[in-house]
Amino acid sequence: MQLVVNILVLTALYALMAEGFVLIYRASKVFNLAHGDMMMLGGYIFFTCLVATKGGVSASIFLALGAGFFIGVAVYLMGIRPLAGYPAASVVLVTVAIGILIRSVATLIWTAQVQHPVHLLPFKDTSHTLPGGAVFSTLDLASLVAAVVFFIALVLLLQRTALGTRMRAVAENPRLAANSGINIHRVIALSWGLSCFGATLAAVFYTTRVNLEPDSWLVGLRAFAPALIGGMNSPLGVLPGALIVAIVEVLAAQYLDPIMVNSAPFIVLLVALWVRPWGLFGTREEVVRV
Amino acid sequence: MATNASGYFKTRYTFELGFLETPFRRFWVVAGVCIALAFPFVAPTFWVGIFNLAAIAAIGALALNLLTGYTGQLSLGHAGFLAAGAFTAGILVGQWGAPFWIVLPASIVVGMVLGVIVGVPALRLRGIYLSISTLAAFFVLASLATEYQSRFGKGSGIVISPPKIGDWVLSGERNWYFVLLVLAGLATLLCLNLNRSHIGRAWLAIRERDLAASALGIDVAYYKVMAFVISTAMTTFAGALSAYYTAFVSAEAFTFMVTIEFLAMILVGGLGSVLGSLLGAVFVTMLPFLVERAVDVLPFPATFKTHLFAVQIGLFAILMLAFLMFEPNGLARIWGRIRAYFELWPFKYRPLQ
Repeated sequence: MQLVVNILVLTALYALMAEGFVLIYRASKVFNLAHGDMMMLGGYIFFTCLVATKGGVSASIFLALGAGFFIGVAVYLMGIRPLAGYPAASVVLVTVAIGILIRSVATLIWTAQVQHPVHLLPFKDTSHTLPGGAVFSTLDLASLVAAVVFFIALVLLLQRTALGTRMRAVAENPRLAANSGINIHRVIALSWGLSCFGATLAAVFYTTRVNLEPDSWLVGLRAFAPALIGGMNSPLGVLPGALIVAIVEVLAAQYLDPIMVNSAPFIVLLVALWVRPWGLFGTREEVVRV
Repeated sequence: MATNASGYFKTRYTFELGFLETPFRRFWVVAGVCIALAFPFVAPTFWVGIFNLAAIAAIGALALNLLTGYTGQLSLGHAGFLAAGAFTAGILVGQWGAPFWIVLPASIVVGMVLGVIVGVPALRLRGIYLSISTLAAFFVLASLATEYQSRFGKGSGIVISPPKIGDWVLSGERNWYFVLLVLAGLATLLCLNLNRSHIGRAWLAIRERDLAASALGIDVAYYKVMAFVISTAMTTFAGALSAYYTAFVSAEAFTFMVTIEFLAMILVGGLGSVLGSLLGAVFVTMLPFLVERAVDVLPFPATFKTHLFAVQIGLFAILMLAFLMFEPNGLARIWGRIRAYFELWPFKYRPLQ
């Protein structure tokens, strides 16, 4: 039972992080390798707000999410937008460089010291016991709820609103979308913002559950596996993708070796790339076209 | 390099392939070799040491440039291959005490096997998907290295004894300098020869468009895997050399940052250029030392001093961004422009023919 709870919580966090890769890839056909660093930055902003407001949780989350959205838009407008027409490999290298820049600036501002935002919370992170004997904490429950709410809101946005229709149109065929009068750069910038919003949401829960340091970016990079397994252009594919990766990771940590935790998502990723490079729900020609 | 304003005209196809076609170039190559030979006797040991590091880096950068610059397959797993080479040396020397003339060829064989393993998915995956699979391969190789260290109780790393020929032990910066100079020179020659042969032309065709390359009759699968095999073999060789040079192998030394450093080398130096790989390797190797000096001398905030590494990687990032956006062909292109300026002086453009 405990394993199931662990897997579910990890799935929620991975899905929140991985959705960012998918949103960005759908909108601008970019593999954003700076995603982990943007997540780490969101975590630090949350931490700073917590310190500044002396434990005002809701205000801090609100501020951090707003800042996260803004960071995503800014990275697109300053780093990616000027590179329109460059080879795909150059754009990926630019995201790598942006990621390192974020890491360097974060280390200079907040130092490399490991922080524990959980100690700043005004309430204790109590644990509850389920009938089966499994233990979960309030934070675990909160991250699960946050992920569910985020995904329901995302589906409603994509399916029920005019903006969501525009986003889907841009993902399907940017040129046609631009020709029908959609301001595609605004839509793409919005996708970047949303992606970073999700990453910050994940960072808020991940950093309070575990810890916060400049190396937290690796966690965000590991979330690449769920995105690719689900299919880079399938917004809901990340859910089964995250579930698969979480199952493998939790079971590997439990039965094999704790060191495996870091490489388990990448082993799954390698297998997925061999077997089904376009992912579970992705479209086949995407891979060929790249 | 079609014609020079000097009046040197190419009249045969073989002239197109020559390295040293003019007396001017021959003179400068001889002069360059003389300067390189005199360097360790003039310069302080510290700088000879930096040059040694740069020479090892140059072999790795040349290898990465073959794959990424020439064949157009962006590899994000370079640090993993370096680690594989270093750990081949670490395991063979540290565990079995093998001599260097077994270790170095063994590292090349390991590299070739890895090249096939990583290269075969390249037949199926294109572009960025391939880069992601090399990135995943890096994380798997890195965790294997950590696993090996913890399983065999080599907590912080493996100590390696220096290479020996009979009673003569290779040690000291100056001796290393000559060995590494020769090896880096051989690697450069290998790359130059590969690039001016049918193999290099096939790689260029694959980089520009693999579909068109196969329509031209190039066996895309064969040449892609070949690029991977040669590149990873050179990389593992460089990894084994660095293990011997530092006399120590540790999994912590091969982080994702190492991959970034090598990418920065070929980006700053120039993608698809042998000269660029060499310039980039020297530049990026020297950069941390220059940053250290600059931070000591100039009035920067105190956090810069305590977090020197962060300053360095930030500078790497800015350099990569600047070169990617404004000079995608790197230092080699800048050098080419300077040369063209003097070649054509007093004219600004080549005369129409």
